[in-house]
Amino acid sequence: MEKELLNYEEIERILTRITYEILEKNKGTEDICLIGIVTGGVYLAERIRKKIKENEGLNVPMGILDISFYRDDINIKGKKKEIKPTNIPFQIDGKKVVLVDDVLYTGRSTRAAMDALMDFGRPAEIQLAVLIDRGHRELPIMANYTGKYIPTARNEKIKVYLKEISGKDSVVLITQ
Amino acid sequence: MKDLVGIKEISRQEIEEILNTARAFKEVLTRDIKKVPTLRGKTAINLFFEPSTRTRTSFELAEKRLSLDVLNFSVSTSSVVKGETLYDTLKTIESYNVDYIVIRHSASGAAKFVADNTPACVINAGDGTNEHPTQALLDAFSIVEVKGKLDGLKIAIVGDIIHSRVARSNLYLLSKFDTEITFVGPPTLLPSDVPSNVSISYDLKKGIKDADVVMLLRIQLERQKGAFIPSLKEYFHVWGLKGDAFSYLKKDAIVMHPGPMNRGVEISSEIADSPRSIILRQVTNGIATRMAVIYLLTRREV
Amino acid sequence: MKIIIHNAWVVDPFTDKEGVASITVEEGIITKIQWGKKEKGEKKHKKNSSNILEINAHGLYIFPGLIDMHAHLREPGFEHKETIRTGTKAAISGGFTTICCMANTNPVNDNPEVTYYILAKAREEGCCDVYPIGAITKGLKGEELSEMAMLREAGCVAFSDDGMPVTNSLIMKRALEYSKAIGSPIISHCEDLALSEGGVMNEGKMSFLLGLKGIPREAEEVMVARDILLSKYTKAPIHIAHVSTKGAIELIKRAKEENLPVTAETCPHYFTLTEKAVDGYKTDAKVNPPLRTEEDMEAIKEALKEDILDVIATDHAPHHEGEKKVPFQEAANGISGLETALSLSLKLVKDGILNLRQLIEKLTVNPAKILKISKKGLKENSEADFIIVDLGYKWKVNKKDFASLGKNTPFDGWNLEGKVLYTFKGKKFFDMSGEKN
Ligand SMILES: [Zn+2]
Ligand SMILES: [Zn+2]
Repeated sequence: MEKELLNYEEIERILTRITYEILEKNKGTEDICLIGIVTGGVYLAERIRKKIKENEGLNVPMGILDISFYRDDINIKGKKKEIKPTNIPFQIDGKKVVLVDDVLYTGRSTRAAMDALMDFGRPAEIQLAVLIDRGHRELPIMANYTGKYIPTARNEKIKVYLKEISGKDSVVLITQ
Repeated sequence: MKDLVGIKEISRQEIEEILNTARAFKEVLTRDIKKVPTLRGKTAINLFFEPSTRTRTSFELAEKRLSLDVLNFSVSTSSVVKGETLYDTLKTIESYNVDYIVIRHSASGAAKFVADNTPACVINAGDGTNEHPTQALLDAFSIVEVKGKLDGLKIAIVGDIIHSRVARSNLYLLSKFDTEITFVGPPTLLPSDVPSNVSISYDLKKGIKDADVVMLLRIQLERQKGAFIPSLKEYFHVWGLKGDAFSYLKKDAIVMHPGPMNRGVEISSEIADSPRSIILRQVTNGIATRMAVIYLLTRREV
Repeated sequence: MKIIIHNAWVVDPFTDKEGVASITVEEGIITKIQWGKKEKGEKKHKKNSSNILEINAHGLYIFPGLIDMHAHLREPGFEHKETIRTGTKAAISGGFTTICCMANTNPVNDNPEVTYYILAKAREEGCCDVYPIGAITKGLKGEELSEMAMLREAGCVAFSDDGMPVTNSLIMKRALEYSKAIGSPIISHCEDLALSEGGVMNEGKMSFLLGLKGIPREAEEVMVARDILLSKYTKAPIHIAHVSTKGAIELIKRAKEENLPVTAETCPHYFTLTEKAVDGYKTDAKVNPPLRTEEDMEAIKEALKEDILDVIATDHAPHHEGEKKVPFQEAANGISGLETALSLSLKLVKDGILNLRQLIEKLTVNPAKILKISKKGLKENSEADFIIVDLGYKWKVNKKDFASLGKNTPFDGWNLEGKVLYTFKGKKFFDMSGEKN
């Protein structure tokens, strides 16, 4: 069974809100950079970057990060075969890195992303922005910017459709 | 996929998967910290029955950059006992609980033999005159980097084809794409009977003038005794790639060599050091490609 | 014990007889052959009553015991591969009551002591007749002739350096000349060692693709040509072992047309398999000469039909598992062939290439003639030396069931048709029918 949780307008509103929150918390754009986690996080980060540009008139640096090589579950879930090369074309030392992901769940992806970032340098701060927080954390990780908190059951699935890949914006809850 | 025994045994799709993954690893190699924790806690063994510092170093770097624990066994150390059969050596190694076995052996089919007899992942680092699959993969990766694709390309492979595992692996790989292959060299070093997508040329100029890619093979000095060619000097004179080739090669043709190259035998310095040569790029790509292969293999659970 | 076999179809090239007959065997001697069908249709194959065993062989065939003129028994010296006991047991289960063993033992059978040893062992532990083949040259080195006359006296029926062919044409010429006086033929394994050096399979596209060094057909043909010329030169008989190529057949054909004393054999694997069998580095299909191409295989079948090839021999070459469980180029050459040879050969009859009589000739009377082994066939008052075969019997090869110690067969798991049910060899009677008394 599928149930739509967010539609296009709602997602847009949430991203606008998160953009303001980022700017407010960091008192502007200084030293900020965005890093989207492959795949959904990349498009969300790109949209946030556009919104920052609309507001502040400048492009903050943005990178993309594939966390496959840092996962702790490849023995359990197998290896991901489609890997996007990571691309962080700037120094992250001393930067305030805002990691962007679509869904925050166990926290393991975020852990992997943070480990990966540490291999790139020593950021001043790492913040986390997510579209959906569905609970069930297995690690002590919390988002700084949460689009929507959606309590779910373990056997349910959250699917995020973004127009860059799926041609539409929508978040649905799938119940078996 | 449990093993990479040969290109013969894998599909086009699997090749593309390896090349894609290699792209991701190539980025890792540009970082300050060129190491990822992916395979932490697992063990690889480099089992080299033939000496090859280059290939072993490339594999070892690939393994270490994936955070594998690495053991090196080679014939020169006492670890491989003389007279012990490959099967016995394998069983000994298995008792160390290794996850990856990289094997270089002088017998064709040795990698398959090992793969068939162990649950560990086996990677062929060259077996006799059969295959050297990671070399063909890194060659393909390098070609795609420069040319953007493999389909539609004309590739000339020049040199000692019959004794070359690199030539065979490249033949298998390129044959899985829409390519035209020409073997070039003296008749004593070319096979008499070739697959239908391959043509043969005993004339260097005719063989390579339309090629998009010219792959040179190493002339192995130890094979000289079979009277395959009269001398290295004569080989260079007739089939060595020299400066005059600039006048007839296609403008964007690239030159490759699996290394180590013999300057003045297969290639002149003028060509080797020219911008057409992508020989050094092949070396870097070797590590990324081998990381990709190791990453994609999965041990058989017993 | 008295054994009566009722209503079998007998094919005996020795006596040139074929037809339904009932045969009585007492104490290892054929006491009675009654031609014509008897009305005694028992349903069961056999019936045991008061020391008389009756076998209703209606629908079954009787052939003289098969003769394998080319086998390797490995004893003395390589008893881990095969012994005379296990090798002759394998022969019996394959329908062979006479086998000739090659000289490449350790020590080499190049002196009468070794010949006596083999014969004594065969008498004590063997199940069938064993005729040794002596070495042409001492130690198979190709340098000095062995003591061929004394070897002949000791019991050798032919001379061959088999796997270590005589490369020196002068030595080969002398051997041929000398063998004429002795009256036993030279058997030649034809291989130009320089052309075949390092080779492990047939040379061609397949060997290139597998990265294995090939053995060209010419390596065999060059030597077939040489040996035919030397036979012509010396007027001495020569027998060409295990022919594997079309070109060799053409040379032998021409020699026969010239009425030269040239005979030749092939083996079941050469008319059953091609080089494709080695794909995947299957060491059990590694033999010397190597398995060739479809074209060669067809030529061999045709040559059997035209009697250019006189004999089917097994080249039974048993090896220990460890000698095949290695990378292909390191693996030993050879197939353990005694227990599959008849069934594989019967396929030639089923496929209409040979008639039954012709096939049995190549497995009995022809090798006996070449080697001058006196065999009488099925005759009253002579030794029982025959087999009962069910041509329609379907079975699956399982190398684990081999009597031979050599489990090296490329036919493991094959479904074959035709099987020996009973072998009679003098007083020895072997029941392989699997039926209960
Ligand atoms: Zn032989
Ligand atoms: Zn033999």
